[in-house]
Amino acid sequence: MTERFVMAVDQGTTSTRCILFDHRGRMVSVTQREHKQHFPKPGWVEHDAVEIWRNLERIAPEALAQAGITLDQVVALGITNQRETTVLWDRRTGEPIGRALVWQDTRTDTLVDEMSRRPDAGIVQERSGLPLATYFSAPRIRWLLDHVPGLDERAARGDVLFGTMESWLIWKLTGGPDGGVHATEVTNASRTLLMNLATLDWDEELISFFGVPRRILPEIRPSMGTYGTARRILPGVRIAAALGDQQAALFGQTCFAPGEAKCTYGTGSFLLLNTGNELVRSTHGLLSTVGYKIGQEPAVYALEGSIAVTGSLVQWFRDRLGIISTAAEIETLARTVDDNGGCYIVPAFSGLFAPYWRSEARGIIVGLTSYITKGHLSRAVLEATGWQTREVVDAMNADSGLALKELKVDGGMTADNLLMQFIADVLDVPVVRPMVAETVSLGAAYAAGLAVGYWPDLEVLRSNWHRAGQWLPNMDARHRDREYGNWRRAVERTFDWIQAPEEE
Amino acid sequence: MPGSIQSIERSAAILRLMARGSGRLGVGEIAHSLGLARGTTHGILRTLQHVGFVEQDGASGKYQLGAALLHLGTSYLDVNELRSRAINWADALAARSGEAVRIGTVLDGRVLVVHHVFRPDDTLQTLDVGTLLPLHATALGKILLAFDANVAAGRADDGDLEAFSRKTITSRHALSRALAQIREAGWADEVEELTVGEAGVAAPIRGYGGLLVGSIGVSGAVERVCDSKGRPNPALVAHVRDAARAVSRDLGASRW
Repeated sequence: MTERFVMAVDQGTTSTRCILFDHRGRMVSVTQREHKQHFPKPGWVEHDAVEIWRNLERIAPEALAQAGITLDQVVALGITNQRETTVLWDRRTGEPIGRALVWQDTRTDTLVDEMSRRPDAGIVQERSGLPLATYFSAPRIRWLLDHVPGLDERAARGDVLFGTMESWLIWKLTGGPDGGVHATEVTNASRTLLMNLATLDWDEELISFFGVPRRILPEIRPSMGTYGTARRILPGVRIAAALGDQQAALFGQTCFAPGEAKCTYGTGSFLLLNTGNELVRSTHGLLSTVGYKIGQEPAVYALEGSIAVTGSLVQWFRDRLGIISTAAEIETLARTVDDNGGCYIVPAFSGLFAPYWRSEARGIIVGLTSYITKGHLSRAVLEATGWQTREVVDAMNADSGLALKELKVDGGMTADNLLMQFIADVLDVPVVRPMVAETVSLGAAYAAGLAVGYWPDLEVLRSNWHRAGQWLPNMDARHRDREYGNWRRAVERTFDWIQAPEEE
Repeated sequence: MPGSIQSIERSAAILRLMARGSGRLGVGEIAHSLGLARGTTHGILRTLQHVGFVEQDGASGKYQLGAALLHLGTSYLDVNELRSRAINWADALAARSGEAVRIGTVLDGRVLVVHHVFRPDDTLQTLDVGTLLPLHATALGKILLAFDANVAAGRADDGDLEAFSRKTITSRHALSRALAQIREAGWADEVEELTVGEAGVAAPIRGYGGLLVGSIGVSGAVERVCDSKGRPNPALVAHVRDAARAVSRDLGASRW
């Protein structure tokens, strides 16, 4: 019998990757292509959706060739993607309307300020589970409708389609203008500010709040279930699943039970906690979001804590201060001393995200004395990631009433043993690293394979998950409490730094 | 005496020229100063940049001496950097072989474990990063002895080696014969030499020019690692060597 594989496409912020997985969840081949980041103005970040499509046209056949397999050996395709990035395109020609507006793009800040002053602004948080912020898609759609000449009329006529990246790729793969499927996946839809988190459908009042024409919106589908059969690039392959990238990592880490959580440590870090079929509304600064939805089963919800600056603080240390020459050297330097020497760094570079959401805060280094060395500063850099994780976990425990028992980690920073030990110490729970580092792609593959019966159930996926490393807490409780107190005092000192410009 | 190698002479001249001044030099300036063709100069600079001896300024495109030259005596690859570059390959090796994986470098005459991946069976295991192991009684250590002349040269050369089990190689003569075989084969084994019931296989991780940076290997119960004759199973050896080559290629070794 010929061996069969599942393909995952990971359409990320900097690149698009295509990965094939075998039945035991092991990577068989990986191909990747970066796309250009466009920064036309300060705060603007754009991607070319056509370039991304062309990249997929190249890397998908390459992945098959690298594995030495043919298309008929691919049982299903799962797509995972950068969330909140907004694409509008012409239904007839298939041409995107300008470039895609990326999740990091903050051009909608004034618009969002205006919107949040409206008396009915409260419905946004109430219905979508998310704060009204530039991070999400709906203000970007509004911005495009306001700024692209004639677009409002074209959209009203039904000539324009909206989607996040998975919608764009599914539409293109299933035929584009020639019968393409216009659908979005529920975890992606849950990040638009337009979806009602309880009904999992577009909310008429949110749609009218943002003034988005109903006809441009795709149909919301479960994460797992058939989206259609590819007619281009991978003809005949069933598109069986899609998931937002952080949700895919939750799935790839097999966090299937309420109370299970994962944190992906990259430039920023994203901690997601499975809250089961219960929609938990955060009162502690977290985002309520859909974790995944399998076919017609009830949705599994999640709480998300987003930390803006973790790995990027190490990069700042490397690229701006030049204290280290590679990111990994932060650990070497930090190990030259035994503690932080009383020094704390709070990297509120563009304000603080979860659980504070203070946009006027700015970063600080406190506790400087003539005793402090590069080693102490390096410790403080790593500890900042640990304490920020602790604050998010505390908020999650308070919101969910579930006490975290173990944290599954992935992402580039998990190679740093000192950091992983510190996280275990400050959370006072074991931190575990899985053997497959590519949890985002693996999650998309798992979802697709599950949808077509390649894997029978969640238990089989669980049995594929293996511990590659584990760090156990080993810090005196009084010491931990004292340090946490110091960290929080440091955080308070970042507040109210940016003041409204004075009238001239 | 064979003639001297021209490109090495020219490289040395370029380095001396850069060391004399304090600023950065462009390719053209260097080529003029030494009377070399621009293309030749550029080729040498690219190679020196690859090994870290010169650095190119991103904005001006000019060259200056690299930080690696100032730290010639210390290890050229930070151990934490080695871990972060090898982590995916080490995971893949553990998944394929079903055994625990370790990466070792030399520290004060012993093997320092710089990375450890658990055996993928979810039994209780403890990370032993930072542990020191004997060179002569482990596959990881024998690789370091076989392929790094400094490691061997830095050791006392009289008296028997410490025995950890009945099978530990304790005679210096027997050890040098074993090391010669390892150099020939390109991999090392360890069969109940440190711990009774345990066996391991390791291969060298190399950087540019073949310079040894460490060893990577698997270890586990002797009945899983070895066949009935007590020889490491060939499929396992192939997995270890593939992983070692993959990490080496990532680190800039071209031939391995």
